[in-house]
Amino acid sequence: MLLLAVFAYYPLYGWVYAFFDYTPPIPLSASEFVGFKWFHSLVENQVKIDQLMQVIWNTFGISGLGILFSWLPMIFAIFLTEIKAVRFRKFIQTVTTLPNFISWVLVYSLAFSMFSSEGMVNGFLHMTGLTDSPTMFLQSSEHVWWTMWAWATWKTLGWSAILYIAAIMGIDESLYEAAYVDGATRMQVIRHVVLPSMMPTYFVLLMLQIASFLNNGLEQYFVFQNAFNKDTIQVLDLYVYNLAMGGGSYSVSVAISMLKSVISVVLLFSVNGLSKMLRGEGIV
Amino acid sequence: MSDNQTSLTPNTREIDLTKKTVKMQVSATDKIISTIIYILFSLFAFICVYPFYSIIINTISANDLSAKGEIIFWPKGIHFQNYIDVFKIPGLGNAFMISLGRTVIGTLLTVGASAFLGFMFAQEDMWGKKFWYRFTIITMFFNAGIIPWYLTMRSLHLTDNFLAYILPSVVAPFFIILVKTFVEATPKELQQAASIDGAGIFTIFYKVILPISKPILATVAIFSAVNQWNSFQDTLLLVTDSKLYSLQFILYNYINQASSLSTMVNLQNAGSTAMATLATKQTSTSIRMTVTIIVVAPILLVYPIFQRFFVKGIIIGAVKG
Repeated sequence: MLLLAVFAYYPLYGWVYAFFDYTPPIPLSASEFVGFKWFHSLVENQVKIDQLMQVIWNTFGISGLGILFSWLPMIFAIFLTEIKAVRFRKFIQTVTTLPNFISWVLVYSLAFSMFSSEGMVNGFLHMTGLTDSPTMFLQSSEHVWWTMWAWATWKTLGWSAILYIAAIMGIDESLYEAAYVDGATRMQVIRHVVLPSMMPTYFVLLMLQIASFLNNGLEQYFVFQNAFNKDTIQVLDLYVYNLAMGGGSYSVSVAISMLKSVISVVLLFSVNGLSKMLRGEGIV
Repeated sequence: MSDNQTSLTPNTREIDLTKKTVKMQVSATDKIISTIIYILFSLFAFICVYPFYSIIINTISANDLSAKGEIIFWPKGIHFQNYIDVFKIPGLGNAFMISLGRTVIGTLLTVGASAFLGFMFAQEDMWGKKFWYRFTIITMFFNAGIIPWYLTMRSLHLTDNFLAYILPSVVAPFFIILVKTFVEATPKELQQAASIDGAGIFTIFYKVILPISKPILATVAIFSAVNQWNSFQDTLLLVTDSKLYSLQFILYNYINQASSLSTMVNLQNAGSTAMATLATKQTSTSIRMTVTIIVVAPILLVYPIFQRFFVKGIIIGAVKG
C-alpha cells in the first residue's frame, strides 16, 4: 500500500521536472537550451500580442463574471434554509446538486440537444411562430462569456451552496433566539445574524477563487468551442491546449503555462497574505 | 468552526434543518418574500431537471417528430429502436467496458490510497508528517499546466496506456483531507487501546480504522467513481488508440460527427429485415441523444441513492477546507 502511494507520487514528481525543463522540443529531451527565446516569441510581433491579449481578456472576462457572482451560492443557501417545508427543501437540494455530477461533455450534449439549430428550443420557437430561422445559440461569438458563465452556474450552484448550508448549520441557536426576542423580522435576521456568520466562509472561498483566477480549466471551453466562437471563448488553458495539440508548438505552450503557474502562485500567496492580514488566518 | 467539528463524529448529525424553523412573526412582506423564494427555487430546480427529462422523452419518441423539435413535455410515438440501434454501433461496447473498468479499478485504488494516507496523516508521530502533508496538499493549488503534464505522461510511456486513466488519480489530496479529518474526529482511545494490545500500525489501520471509517470511505468512493466515469480530458490528451476510448470521449465524437453515424446505422438497418420507418429512422439528433442517455444513466441511477452521502462528505471536508 505504501509502495503504491509512493509510486503514485511519481507523476507529481514528473511535473516538477517538466516545470524546470523550459523548452522540451518535440522529439528529444537532449535539446538545445534556448533560454527565454519562447517567452520573447510570445511578444515579438503585433499579431501575437493581439492574440495573447484577447486570450487574457477572455480569461479575465470569464473569471471576472465568476467572481462578480460569487455571492450567488451564499444567497442560494440562505434562502434555501429559509424554506420551511422540509420535503420541498430536500427536493430542491437534491435536484439542484445533480448537474454537478455530470461531465462537461454531457453538459455540452444537453446544451447541443436543446440549443443547436435543430435542437428543441429552436423547434419550439419555430413551432410557436416566434422565429422563422433557427437562432444560433451555440455558434455565435456574442455573449459567449455570459453563456459560459450561465452553464458553469447551472452546473455548480446547488453544489457550492452546500458549504454555506454547512456554515448556516453551525450558527449558534441562541443568536437566532436573541434576534426574535428583539422582534427582528425575517429579513433582519438574515441581514444581522445569518449574513455576518457567512462572511468567513465567503471570504475563504472568494480568496481561493481569486487565487485560481487564471485557471479556468480546459474541459468546459474545449467542448463548447467551435469555429464561430473561438475568438471569445479561448481562455488561457484552452489557448495553451490549442497551441500545443493543434499547432504543435509545445515549447510556447509550456512557456505560457509556466508564466501562468508562476502568476497563479504569486496570486495565491498574495491572497493568502491578504487573508492573514484581514482575518488573522491564511488559507493554505 | 470548532462548534462544527464536535458534531462531525461519525453518525451524529444528519443534514437536517428542521431545528432552525423557529416560529416568528409572519408579516405580509414575509409572505411575499416566501412566495418569491418558492417560485425562484422551483424554477431553478426545473431548469436543472428538464434537460435530462427532455432528452429521455426525445429518445423514446418518434424520431421524425423529435427532429422537428415537437417533443416538449411528453413523449409521442413511443419506441425503443434508438437504443437497440445505438448499441449496434461498433466501439460503443468496448468504450463502455473501458469506462467501467477505469471506474472500478480507479475507485478501488483511490479509496485504498486515500484511506491509508489519510490515516497516516492523522497520526501524531508520523515521520516527516508536516512536510509530506504539505507536499500532498500543495498539488491542489498548484500544477504545471497540461502540456508539461502531457509531456511527463509521454515520457513515462503512459500515453495509449490504460494505466494512464488510473495512476494519476490514485493520490487525491482532497480525499486524503476528508479521511484525515474523519479519523482525527474519532476517539483517540480506540487506537491507543489497540496499540497497548500490541497491534502494529498496519493492524490498527486495518482492524480499527477501516471498519469505523466506512461512511467517509463511501463518500470518497462515490466521488472518485463519478470522477472516473466523467473523465474526458485524459482520453483527449493521452489516447489515440480507439480501443482505449472512454464513453465520454465517444459521446463527444458523436456530438461532432453524428450525421455520418446516423447514415451508417440506417444503412446497416436497411440491409437487415427490420424496415426503418420514418419514426424509427436514425437522425443525427436521435443518435446523439441516445448516447447521451447511455452515458448519463449510471449517474442518474446512483445519484438519488447516494446524494445524502455526498452532502455529508462535503460538509466534513468543508470543516477543514
